[in-house]
Amino acid sequence: MKLLEIIKESFATLRLNKMRTGLAALGIIIGIGSVIALISIGRGSQLAIETQIQSLGANLLTINPGAARTAGVREAPGSNTTLTLADAMSIKNSTTITTINNVSPEFSRRFQVIAGGNNSNTQITGVYPEYDTIHKITIDSGSFIALRDVDSVGRVAVLGPTTVTNLFGEGVTTVGQSIKINKQSFKVIGITKPKGGSGFNNPDDAIYIPLSTMQKQLAGVDYVSSIAIEAKSPDVMTDAQNQIGYFLLEHHKISDPAKADFTIMSQNDILNTVSQVTGTFTTLLGGIAAISLLVGGIGIMNIMLVTVTERTREIGLRKALGAKKKTIITQFLVESVILTFVGGIIGMLFGIGISLLLSKILNFPSALSPVSIILAMGVSGLISIVFGWYPARRAASLQPIEALRWE
Amino acid sequence: MVVPDLSVANHMIKMRHIGKTYAQDGVKTVALKDVSFEVSSGEFVAIMGPSGSGKSTLMHILGALDTPTFGQYFLDGQDISRLNDDELADIRNQKIGFVFQSFNLLPRTTALKNVMLPMAYAGINEAEKRAKALKLLNEVGLSDRSQHLSNQLSGGQQQRVAIARALTMDPKIILADEPTGNIATTQAEEIMKIFTKLHKQGRTIVMITHEEDIAAHAKRIIIIRDGLITKDLKL
Repeated sequence: MKLLEIIKESFATLRLNKMRTGLAALGIIIGIGSVIALISIGRGSQLAIETQIQSLGANLLTINPGAARTAGVREAPGSNTTLTLADAMSIKNSTTITTINNVSPEFSRRFQVIAGGNNSNTQITGVYPEYDTIHKITIDSGSFIALRDVDSVGRVAVLGPTTVTNLFGEGVTTVGQSIKINKQSFKVIGITKPKGGSGFNNPDDAIYIPLSTMQKQLAGVDYVSSIAIEAKSPDVMTDAQNQIGYFLLEHHKISDPAKADFTIMSQNDILNTVSQVTGTFTTLLGGIAAISLLVGGIGIMNIMLVTVTERTREIGLRKALGAKKKTIITQFLVESVILTFVGGIIGMLFGIGISLLLSKILNFPSALSPVSIILAMGVSGLISIVFGWYPARRAASLQPIEALRWE
Repeated sequence: MVVPDLSVANHMIKMRHIGKTYAQDGVKTVALKDVSFEVSSGEFVAIMGPSGSGKSTLMHILGALDTPTFGQYFLDGQDISRLNDDELADIRNQKIGFVFQSFNLLPRTTALKNVMLPMAYAGINEAEKRAKALKLLNEVGLSDRSQHLSNQLSGGQQQRVAIARALTMDPKIILADEPTGNIATTQAEEIMKIFTKLHKQGRTIVMITHEEDIAAHAKRIIIIRDGLITKDLKL
């Protein structure tokens, strides 16, 4: 029997048994589709987080209060009060630190914000004018916090676009209006441009006020929660980290670097840590996907086994009419290949569709990985061919008379 | 290369001391003890016997569906008792036409496609297959049913499709295993008319049955009991 004829015969058989064909294809579709979708979601979220961190500003160093990572004892969170505005000012004015451009002392805390009838719990950040330069924030309308606002402890606020929408709704001129932060009245002087972000720490859902106002009027503290520093270029990041580190140790009168009461993190450190975390996340999703591929594979295997058992009589008849063993096996193999191919293509489109849809809904960049597509197709193809071939070979080896008698 | 045995050349079928023993789970069952007989070209033979007599085993060996434990089986002058699976597949395809008790048509497949199936395994081209199948369906009186699916046909019609299928390769012998066993009596008569017609055309037919009125259509009756031939009657 010619191969072309066997292929035609296989198509006819698959069309004849729509239910069986459909079930077998479904296993493949779900197996391949879920692997592609899950891996793409994992990679997409990783990419999203990395882009977001990079958008916070290049060449960025962040000094956080608290024990060094190597120290034995860690104080309770929130009790780290070791960084002050004075630290920031002396770093800025230091002559020994030559590798930095801008210094931005910051203090963040969430407060209840009211505007008109709307109520929102928003991250409020007390800033210096350098903040927008360092964190790559651009003003859409109005202006950012100026030095005179800090000096005069001014009740002025700059709002992120999401905050504006939350408090005032769309299409309202907000600059000049007033809002209440923790029951105190502030005048809106500027709106920032969207930076693009999502999730829990959305940079667009933020309010900036002068640091002095934050410390004296809202939080009632005299320390800062972090100091952001911009290095002159990415090449001098390590130098800057060292210069600032030694300067602050001296300034805080600490001789043993292991006992430092602050940590300096570079953008790269953060990126690496987050990449590790999201990498684990992707591996987890990959694991889930592998399990669904396995389940899909077992589904294919079951259908193939049932199919061959159900068709033992047919195999017996075909052999009685002159089909050779090889012809029978080839027919079953061709059926498996057609199933896998068609199911695989549909599964691939299904997986790509799901990941594109999710990336749209969740605001992720879509990150379809060709490797995952090839892997998914390969594995399920292999499974269906092996499990199509094995029972077919067994059935084709039966004496035709035994196969014909099969009930 | 098979050298034809000239001494058996006059016989379409020649069985010499055929025996068959099944061994299953360590228990040996002797199905055929020692069976020898000849069938000449153009004969219409009925093989009869009670169940367990070995007539089905004999049928399977005759049909090259099974091989004998010992003895020789010459079909059309060729000893086929020691051929391998693939060689037997070719013999079944080229020289034997089967008609089964339970029809054994491909389900949900047209009568035409069912008749064409043996020719597909012989590698015959599409146009020739179709023409031959239509001609044979016409011969069994089903030319208007060629596009009907096998499960849309009555038992008698299905068996007629099966007879058309058995004829596609112009076989040396037609083997019918209880051809009327699953068919209503009224339709059984029609099936037997077709067999009689085929016999008149000069075809060699071997039929297994346990119904005497069906066997009466044949010209010779072989009765088998306990794995041995007990009677061989010419009618």
